[in-house]
Amino acid sequence: MTTLSDPPKEGFRLSMLLYDTRYRSGTIQVVALFCFMLLAAWLLNNTIQNLAALGKPIDFGFFSEPASYDINQRLLDYNSRDTHLRASFVGLLNTLVVAFLGCVTATVLGVVIGVLRLSPNWLVARLMTVYVEMFRNVPVLLWIVFIMAILIETLPSPRAFRGDDATASMMLGDSVAVTNRGVYIPEVLFSRSLGDLHLFGNSSLRFDVSLDLIAILIVLGAGLWVSRRIKHRADGIQEQTGTRPTTWYLRLGVVAVPLAILLIALGFHFGMPALKGFNFSGGTHLRNSLIALWLALSLYTAAFIAEIVRGGIMAISRGQTEAASALGLRPRRVMSLVILPQALRVIIPPLISNYLNLTKNSSLAIAVGYMDITGTLGGITMNQTGRELECVLLLMLVYLAISLTISAVMNWYNESVKLKER
Amino acid sequence: MKKSVIFGALTVAGLAAGAAAAGTLDDVKARGKLNCGVATGVPGFAFTDANGDWQGFDVAVCRAVAAAVLSDATAVEFVPTTGKTRFTALASGEIDMLARNTTWTFSRDVDLKFTFVGINYYDGQGFMVPKELGVSSAKELDGATVCIQTGTTTELNLADFFRINNISYEPVPIETNAEAQQQYLAGACDVYTTDASGLAATRASFENAGDHVILPEIISKEPLGPLVRHGDDEWGDVVRWTLNTLIAAEELGITSANVEEMSAAAGDKPEINRMLGTEGTLGEMLGLDAAWAKRAISVGGNYGEIFAKNIGEETPIGLARGLNAQWTDGGLMYAPPFR
Repeated sequence: MTTLSDPPKEGFRLSMLLYDTRYRSGTIQVVALFCFMLLAAWLLNNTIQNLAALGKPIDFGFFSEPASYDINQRLLDYNSRDTHLRASFVGLLNTLVVAFLGCVTATVLGVVIGVLRLSPNWLVARLMTVYVEMFRNVPVLLWIVFIMAILIETLPSPRAFRGDDATASMMLGDSVAVTNRGVYIPEVLFSRSLGDLHLFGNSSLRFDVSLDLIAILIVLGAGLWVSRRIKHRADGIQEQTGTRPTTWYLRLGVVAVPLAILLIALGFHFGMPALKGFNFSGGTHLRNSLIALWLALSLYTAAFIAEIVRGGIMAISRGQTEAASALGLRPRRVMSLVILPQALRVIIPPLISNYLNLTKNSSLAIAVGYMDITGTLGGITMNQTGRELECVLLLMLVYLAISLTISAVMNWYNESVKLKER
Repeated sequence: MKKSVIFGALTVAGLAAGAAAAGTLDDVKARGKLNCGVATGVPGFAFTDANGDWQGFDVAVCRAVAAAVLSDATAVEFVPTTGKTRFTALASGEIDMLARNTTWTFSRDVDLKFTFVGINYYDGQGFMVPKELGVSSAKELDGATVCIQTGTTTELNLADFFRINNISYEPVPIETNAEAQQQYLAGACDVYTTDASGLAATRASFENAGDHVILPEIISKEPLGPLVRHGDDEWGDVVRWTLNTLIAAEELGITSANVEEMSAAAGDKPEINRMLGTEGTLGEMLGLDAAWAKRAISVGGNYGEIFAKNIGEETPIGLARGLNAQWTDGGLMYAPPFR
């Protein structure tokens, strides 16, 4: 029997950090990290020193001072006496609104165009190609400015609606006015409103939640839940007896009737826009700047999404279409039941990038005077307070937060649709 | 507090970088060119003519400074700035001075760390509306849509004016004068508001200038003048006294026509002699040569000549001297003595 002796222990010497391959890569990384940290520290220190030399040390105190400027589109109540912080919030909400509207519209348009571009109909496919190439190859800023210019120059001003010899008139039974200041549509009003819930008191973050909206959402949600129960029951009966009871009127009823009762109880009616003074008043005012930005961002991003959808569809083997057709499915159902669900797995990851791009591109809003967060925090606030560094840093943080949120939500969705290997 | 050697070295480097920013006069001389921030285009004040050359009332200040410092009125790099970009351009050193109808306010002087070297135009904010609206006073503008350049004092005055008078309005924020003009003419806004001089200048470029009225209310004081960065007093003095030269020259009767003759030999008025360098060493004190003021005046003439040529009553813009007349004529233009 032999005994194995331990290999001789070699003492660690400092030079081994450099000459021993086991440690060398670690040494290099530590040195590189130190160099990087030094560089970062130098940049940071240099900035702070120079700002201090200019007499403008970093300071976020300006946020609690009155903003003194007005914002035309405000989803929260706001006046020029509110703080810069509140103005930033109003801008942030405007950014989120246009980003949300843009993403939804771009997705719908993009999917339709992407599918149509693969259409066997030569004309339709070519038209879609032209669309995609046109929008993909011209900068989005030009589209925004172009659409805004069209809206301003071609539509009538409110003055044209006035007087006996008016050259323009309202549409849809005098309920919608299309002007070069925007579109005025009827607004939803409640004569017996439940009022608002005021959150955060009088602070800059105060937020009103409409109790009417909450009530409607609750009733609608409950209706949909009951409707689902009815469907499950119908499914069960079909499994047992083979015949499916007719339930559509029941399902429609449980959603529509309680909602209608609630709306009547709240005194639901429309507020019509009417020409008063210089402008239309009443109704909801969709400003030109919002429409131009929304349209341009949607059309532009839709071209990219169309290409992603086309790529996703083409990634699905031709055999899938043939197999589905062999089962007797019609082309439209082949697309919606077999091809698109599979293509989704290819489409979603690049789609996330496009949502992020659209959101970031919304910062071009200032070109048409849409007061998004770049217009308030990164525009007027920055200009009036002279706090460039602070404002830009915060702006970067805000966009980073928005992008990471979109990305997280979409990745979660991606997890739920991606191929589950069992 | 213990500070490492490295941090000490960084501090020195930071200070050195800060110190390098000072000494604009030497920078300009070394560069051989003056970087001057102007507006992106306001008729009469700063605009490019058919040949692509910059012309105007504010541009004349840049040219006078360039002539005084570099002996060449054309050695100017004009940097068009918008209401929003102007201060960043100046603070970052992209431009050496800003001559762009900019209002001298407390916060810009004190908080934004700029030095206003004087006032070349006393202005106030006004409103322009189409005549067909039948409005005769700004107080009748309840509910109007107002085009306004963002990042300006006019934006803040507007909010205050409407709030104090308890009337509402819809602001349409706009980046440049040209965009405002387009929106206003298309009827996308009822009212255009900016400094009264700017309104007159804009209206002068309209095809039917007579169809638009400037309302009588002037809702603010807008002293406009050139500015430089805070903390470089030598450079500030050069710009300040070049502007004062132009104003004093009018008072003293020095014009582009007679400046050559008057500076050839000392006359019997000591102040003129000191200004034109035939007596004393004022130019040397500024870090320039003796003929600096002569050159500044010979570019576009004295203040009155510049005013008359660019925005005066003989021009399409047609502004009266009003507050901008010499103090000897009942105006506010008053240059401190050259002694």
